[in-house]
Amino acid sequence: MSQYRDIAAVCGGGNLGLHGIPAARHETGSDSHMKHYSAFAVAREALRYHTGWERAWRSPEPKKRYDVVIVGAGGHGLATAYYLGKNYGIQNVAVIEKGWLGGGNTGRNTTIIRSNYLQDPSAAIYEKARSLYETMSQDLNYNVMFSPRGVMMLAQTQHEVRGYKRTAHANALQGVKTEWIDPARVKQLVPIINLHGPRYPVLGALWQERGGTARHDAVAWGYARACSAMGMDIIQQCEVTGVRSDAGQVVGVDTTRGPIDCGKLGIVVAGHSGQLAEMAGFRLPVEALALQALVSEPIKPCMDVVVMANTVHGYMSQSDKGEMVIGGGTDGFNNFTQRGSFHHIEETVRALNETFPMISRLKMLRQWGGIVDMTGDRSPILSKTPLGGCFINCGWGTGGFKAIPGSGWGMAQLMATGHSPLTEAFSLDRFKEGRFIDESVAAGVAH
Amino acid sequence: MLILHCPYCGVDADETELAAGGEAHLKRFGPGSSDDELHGYLFARENPKGVHLERWRHASGCGKWFHAARCTATLEVFGTYKAQVSGPPQEIRDAISARRPGWSWREFS
Repeated sequence: MSQYRDIAAVCGGGNLGLHGIPAARHETGSDSHMKHYSAFAVAREALRYHTGWERAWRSPEPKKRYDVVIVGAGGHGLATAYYLGKNYGIQNVAVIEKGWLGGGNTGRNTTIIRSNYLQDPSAAIYEKARSLYETMSQDLNYNVMFSPRGVMMLAQTQHEVRGYKRTAHANALQGVKTEWIDPARVKQLVPIINLHGPRYPVLGALWQERGGTARHDAVAWGYARACSAMGMDIIQQCEVTGVRSDAGQVVGVDTTRGPIDCGKLGIVVAGHSGQLAEMAGFRLPVEALALQALVSEPIKPCMDVVVMANTVHGYMSQSDKGEMVIGGGTDGFNNFTQRGSFHHIEETVRALNETFPMISRLKMLRQWGGIVDMTGDRSPILSKTPLGGCFINCGWGTGGFKAIPGSGWGMAQLMATGHSPLTEAFSLDRFKEGRFIDESVAAGVAH
Repeated sequence: MLILHCPYCGVDADETELAAGGEAHLKRFGPGSSDDELHGYLFARENPKGVHLERWRHASGCGKWFHAARCTATLEVFGTYKAQVSGPPQEIRDAISARRPGWSWREFS
């Protein structure tokens, strides 16, 4: 399997330019085990019938002790481990995963990347993430197919028009490049759109030109490969069953593959954060809900930007394979089953049919659900916890993929130094202190 | 699709008729309570992977609030009961015990 991943990573897209090769070699050069991916490597392997490709990451037995244990090998967990090693030289790290790598929400999202948020703390961490996506393929020597094709958030009520103009002004002050565009420009960018929908006309849009999409699996695989190359252990099919502490300080975890001691513990498990927090002895302001997505049969290229329609509640982009990738809102009730209710899909598709009449006869190929961890203010938690040495990164809710590199960057800083300006506002005690980051209310975003 | 029996009008209501109301049997804390108590009431949630007691409203039906006992790991419904109680009645507890022996949820078991 990993052979195919390797080849796809080398062949796909044009991100592995000459510029990327020396930069990536510099970062991964300390480890002789990891072979560099390049056009030259493809040619070399072609000459020997592709017998020389190696596994992208090792699959080691757990050691007795690590300086840092990260629970959860999704994008956020792997990114945290990667930046712990890259930025702080902490490389005695294990990333523990109960399922398979990137098999949770990292592999289930609609891959949208944007940073057009209203509040300063959100804009800071999401823009950090977006800017890291720009060079991720070169940094990781792994093609994550970042495609800054532009993200458009439609305004379909007067309220939304005011909200998005406000966001555009806020973004200007934050240094995030977005702009308010009129319906004519919307139509120019998305010719298949119906501006005069029967329920809600398109009155304009908030446009982020450098937003876009990336290959979600490749983000997890790329980080995993880079972590493994630094000597970190990625341990899959290993479920944490308990958190051990001594005098208010974490000392290790119990797992289905035996106890593992650690100096610091990072909990990065999205939907199951509550279960891990319970093991660690604290409660979270988080509830787990199902969020669904679906893709259509592949069709010829028809839309080369991401469109989000938040009033009618649906968002859509076209994948490189031609499928229309569609997402909507969460189900209303607590749910750990990774499947949701049909009427939410119906609601999303109905809205998108109004907005894009040409998709009405498309067949849908696949539908799936993920468990998202929703906080009281719909913003994430990156924080120290009541248990010493134990840190938590959760609550990304319906919008975590776009934040992966920024989240990992900030979380690594928090875990290594005890403080990060990126994560400061997202602490666990903000609920008690009333410092909400009211994105879902103030910005009128999809989530 | 989730189907819940409304204990007031007797209808087996589809999810589309219902509005989810979150965790049930919260103890209210208001003015004069500590920061921790207010935080616990407003934000901290059990969020169990398993038996969950929750509030629902028959929004597009009779309009009444009621309670449901449900499993978040399997979507199994153990039963529904009226709103004017501070905990699940005995028959609901028995129905849960029949399916999940030894269950407990907050102070209930």
